[in-house]
Amino acid sequence: MQQGQHIYQQCMGCHSFEYHRTGPMHCQLFGRQAGSAEGFDYSSAMRESDIVWNEESLDQFLKSPLTFLPGTSMGFVGLQDRAQRTTLIDYIKERSMSDLCAQ
Amino acid sequence: MSKHAPELFKETLASSRRQFIQRAGGLTLSATAVTMMAGATASAGTGKQSSNAVKQDIRILNTAIAAEHEAVAAYQLGAESGLLNDAVLPIAIKFQGHHKEHIEALAAAVKQFGGVAAEAKADYRFPVEKLKTQSNVLEFAAGLERGAVSAYAGAIPIFDNRDLSKVAASILADEAMHWAILRNALGLDPVPGAFFS
Ligand code: HEC
Repeated sequence: MQQGQHIYQQCMGCHSFEYHRTGPMHCQLFGRQAGSAEGFDYSSAMRESDIVWNEESLDQFLKSPLTFLPGTSMGFVGLQDRAQRTTLIDYIKERSMSDLCAQ
Repeated sequence: MSKHAPELFKETLASSRRQFIQRAGGLTLSATAVTMMAGATASAGTGKQSSNAVKQDIRILNTAIAAEHEAVAAYQLGAESGLLNDAVLPIAIKFQGHHKEHIEALAAAVKQFGGVAAEAKADYRFPVEKLKTQSNVLEFAAGLERGAVSAYAGAIPIFDNRDLSKVAASILADEAMHWAILRNALGLDPVPGAFFS
């Protein structure tokens, strides 16, 4: 969990769990249709994709966002290390479904 | 700032005050940004990049601009909070000025590539309920700068146009300095490691 939180610092330039910033909020991310959080101005590539966020799709997206979803506005190179991605995704899953995210 | 502020920070404060006064006219802004971009975008529109690559570079630039606008708004909030003392306020205003210059430089690049630069949002969500003291504000600013350094580190490798990577690296260096100074002001190790991730 702590390790995941540390890796998540790489996302915090643009994201928070609770609200939209430069990137969309991560609360309730799991099971969400990509590009569907209300009030965020997504790229058309993200909005029109048929991705649903789960462990697998996140693993592919976060490895190399621009390769997985050409046209995305998430200008981030990605995380090459598989173990890092797994740790990060576990953290996001837990945090995004925790009480801290309950409205 | 407490009385125990490290010497380094005091010196920085003094010079920042001078610079703040020098900059009051705002005349240096465009000149710096324009010089920064002059070499950087010499290759824009020369047909060496595919149109998809150019569009992608514009998207990456605009995401960086969006984050810079957030930083400008955050420093505005800090400056208007009434929580920053006379020594710290000029620093906040100076750093905000840098972020404004970053926007200018990045927006100039977007334009040169034939795109439209992202505008600031009408309002930003910040954890205002957690900003009760000067230290809270400095921690908040340090967090944003840290995030920004990390974001540029993640953007530098993916620009198709290497000149843009160079511009982003120059901005990253500046924001890393902000982060170090803010950490120092908080009494934290300003340079916590040899590497950054
Ligand atoms: C440079 C800023 C930036 C950084 C750094 C960044 N993101 Fe993003 N992220 C965005 C933007 C902008 C979007 C919207 C993309 C689009 O619409 O194409 C986004 C979208 C997403 C989405 C899709 C969400 C949805 O609602 O469909 C996920 C998931 C995501 N980011 C996760 C991450 C993670 C995890 C990290 C850290 C490893 C990260 N991002 C780092 C800017 C960033």
